Amino acid sequence: MDALARNNVNYVARREERALRPVATPSWGVPVDVSVERVVKEFGETPALRGVSLTINSGELVALLGPSGSGKTTLLRILAGLDVPDAGRVTFAGEDALGLSVQDRHIGFVFQNYALFRHMRVFDNIAFGLTVQPIWRRPRKASIRKRVMDLLDLVQLSGLEKRYPSQLSGGQRQRVALARALAIEPRMLLLDEPFGALDAKVRRDLRRWLRDIHDRTGHTTVFVTHDQEEAIELADRIVVLNQGQIEQVGTPDEIYDRPATPFVASFIGETNALPVSVESGKLFLDDRALEIGAGADTGGPRMLVFRPHDVEVLASRPGGIAGRVVSERRHGAVRRLEVEIGMRRHTIEIDVAADTPKSRKGDRISVLPSRWWLFDA
Amino acid sequence: MSDATLSTTSFVAARPPRVTTEAFWVRAIMIGITLVFLSVFVLLPLATVFVEALRGGISAYFSALAERETFLAIELTLLVAATSVPANLVFGLAASWAIAKFEFRGKSFLITLIDLPFSVSPVTSGLIYVILFGAQGYFGHFLKSAGVQIIFAVPGIVLATMFVTFPFVARELIPIMQEQGKRDEEAALSLGASGLRTFFRVTLPNVKWALLYGVLLCNARAMGEFGAVSVVSGHIRGHTNTMPLQVEILYNDYNYAGAFAVASLLALLALITLGLKSLLQWRFAGELAANRRH
Amino acid sequence: MQSRAAPAWKRPSIIPGFGLTLGFTLTYLGLIVLIPLGGLILRSSALGFSGFWALATDPRTLAALKVSFGLSFIAAAINAVFGLIAAWVLVRYRFPGQKLLDAFIDLPFALPTAVAGIALTAIYAPNGWLGQYLEPLGLKIAYTPNGILVALIFIGLPFIVRTLQPVMEDLDVETEEAAATLGARRRHTMFRVILPALLPALLTGFALALARAVGEYGSVIFIAGNMPYVSEIAPLLIVMKLQEFNYAAATVIATVMLAISFVLLLVINLLQAWSRKRLGHV
Repeated sequence: MDALARNNVNYVARREERALRPVATPSWGVPVDVSVERVVKEFGETPALRGVSLTINSGELVALLGPSGSGKTTLLRILAGLDVPDAGRVTFAGEDALGLSVQDRHIGFVFQNYALFRHMRVFDNIAFGLTVQPIWRRPRKASIRKRVMDLLDLVQLSGLEKRYPSQLSGGQRQRVALARALAIEPRMLLLDEPFGALDAKVRRDLRRWLRDIHDRTGHTTVFVTHDQEEAIELADRIVVLNQGQIEQVGTPDEIYDRPATPFVASFIGETNALPVSVESGKLFLDDRALEIGAGADTGGPRMLVFRPHDVEVLASRPGGIAGRVVSERRHGAVRRLEVEIGMRRHTIEIDVAADTPKSRKGDRISVLPSRWWLFDA
Repeated sequence: MSDATLSTTSFVAARPPRVTTEAFWVRAIMIGITLVFLSVFVLLPLATVFVEALRGGISAYFSALAERETFLAIELTLLVAATSVPANLVFGLAASWAIAKFEFRGKSFLITLIDLPFSVSPVTSGLIYVILFGAQGYFGHFLKSAGVQIIFAVPGIVLATMFVTFPFVARELIPIMQEQGKRDEEAALSLGASGLRTFFRVTLPNVKWALLYGVLLCNARAMGEFGAVSVVSGHIRGHTNTMPLQVEILYNDYNYAGAFAVASLLALLALITLGLKSLLQWRFAGELAANRRH
Repeated sequence: MQSRAAPAWKRPSIIPGFGLTLGFTLTYLGLIVLIPLGGLILRSSALGFSGFWALATDPRTLAALKVSFGLSFIAAAINAVFGLIAAWVLVRYRFPGQKLLDAFIDLPFALPTAVAGIALTAIYAPNGWLGQYLEPLGLKIAYTPNGILVALIFIGLPFIVRTLQPVMEDLDVETEEAAATLGARRRHTMFRVILPALLPALLTGFALALARAVGEYGSVIFIAGNMPYVSEIAPLLIVMKLQEFNYAAATVIATVMLAISFVLLLVINLLQAWSRKRLGHV
């Protein structure tokens, strides 16, 4: 991480001293930790956030993940100051943020559709935040120029400063948008589905690139996405939201391996869900015992959730989930079988290695999950 | 711009203004400027027409309208509208059919030509017919010997009106029909309908609101045209005066009550046109070309 | 129609009626528009270049053109300022009576010019509604070039507002939010982000209002003093020349005005093409 001790106070220096420090990567504002307490937001009749509380540590890269309508963008905009909550508290580094206007929060925001100023060249777009500063705070022209060029280097767009946004590709535009947000040395970076408008390949490239930039600069960064792959790949921690509430907060491993709710389990990666009952420590599927321990569970109806690739095919032992193969198709590096089980005809999907012998429709099969979760039914 | 209500247990501090709008006082000033400007320049003239028309009282108003000359002027205006609007309507339909349903070279040039009358000053619009058909015009001698009077007679007025209202219907129809393409017509034809049938049962219903809108504007202009008609009419009282010209004559005669009475009828027509226009735009916004134009 | 071989410059199609409709269109266009306009051009050219030039540069003609063009320019400029504000207010704000006010913007477009002419005169004459207060202040409006200006403002207003409104409605609000996140106060955003985005539409509206004002006749002649060299507009001069049976002079003035209109039209088209290229939209 670069030395980050500078803060805005230094701007109020004599004009001659206002040249920015020459560093390999431009310096940033001091990153802050963020605290969100019981934030509520309603749009008319529809509640977008129902009392959300969250802490984000300084320097973290956090993903707000959820389906559309989950409130993730609303939360991001409340952090930015673009929307105001109906109730709750938001603090940056311990100080109330809701009383600050957007302009005073000193954050960088990147929009899904770039929101670049079409009538300005790339250079002027990036320099914008610096040129709207009041005259006593504004850096000298030469300093502005240096900073813009350094940022263009950082986002790998050197040489394009004279172009207009309409002459850039989608990926280039988003990088300009990021450079523009970084130019003001924000203390936090907020990105709203930043790669949503881009092609799959560009998206993947930019994901890696964003992680790289974050590692180099150490901003507190919050980004919104509905793509769980993106969240898992990029984030230090993931906040899973659904219908205005937080379902789980955790590292990618925690979210993937130890989902707290059925929603989280099914939203991240693929899942099968089977209704089972627990009695005296044993699991029963359609009145047949499964060879899976139920642990200290008190008993009652439950949902057994497991992933297609977390199964073991049992040769001929009882105690597994038994059924008949309905269909089979190639699925990437494995083969995916659709299996109909039980008297009530549930269907599950399991993955088997591509080199196992092909099954025929109607074949009997018995599987046992090697990793699973039990949730209240 | 509804502000969310604060709950009593909220910790939200003083609320900063919404990001994408101006401060209250700025908005108030801008609304104020707009109201003053529009009142003075748009609403006041409108009000003046009616106030001046009714200044002498209701009975004076109606007797002014019943004057013989005025009555004939109204008749002539209606006649002119009844001839030029249908003519331009037929033209508009034909032109938009040719332009929207077929691909041919020179199409955009044709559209530019159709828009020409909009760029021509009203006086010039009348002048060109005087140059053709006036006593010293290209066809002047020919017409004289044939005993046909175009300038300083009704035919000239009709022609000049047709010129100035020429593009109105076409301008509304062409973008709409271009947007709708030829799929529906091709489908109808492939099902065995004849061209004419297709036109009446498929094409017309698709564009009926845009058509109505265009006819509305065409009619308003046809009845209200002053400059072009003034040049070709000769101002012969009782014979070649339309309502706008009658307004001028009465005004120049210092007959203000009469002038404003006739003017009020035209203003009423304008208001009805505006009202129908708003109605059409409000109800059928999706189908009107006017909303697509920049 | 379909049994005939299609012309080379047209793509074949199963839809009938091409020949009929195109033929009718061209004939009607030719008879009503092209031939009369052609007659005007022919008549002008019959004067020869020097004859044309002599009439075009006649002092009274030049004065009339200056009055028409100069006052139209000022009126369009005033409309640009107030029309911009009015359009913004109508698009972005909410207040009672807004929809009604918005409908009335089209009034100058729908109202017959003669009606506007006498109404404006009634308002600004020395004994008129506003004139009676303005005269003592030394502000003479009716029967002076100021009156012409007022009339031209009246008729040009809808062009600016109606050209701006769709563009304002399509403005990307996110760019305003982005500017705010970058620290721009609202006034910065308005002048550096919003206004430049509106500039092409504003210029287009300006040119449209200008083109309309230059040729305006009915609304002006009542309130103008119509004094030669001072408050005589070019269209009125054409009418005067016609009444003197001076077809030549009338033709020349009309041709000059037509040329000015076409130049303005060209400018408008170029503006729209430029903004489409630069900003990706009209």
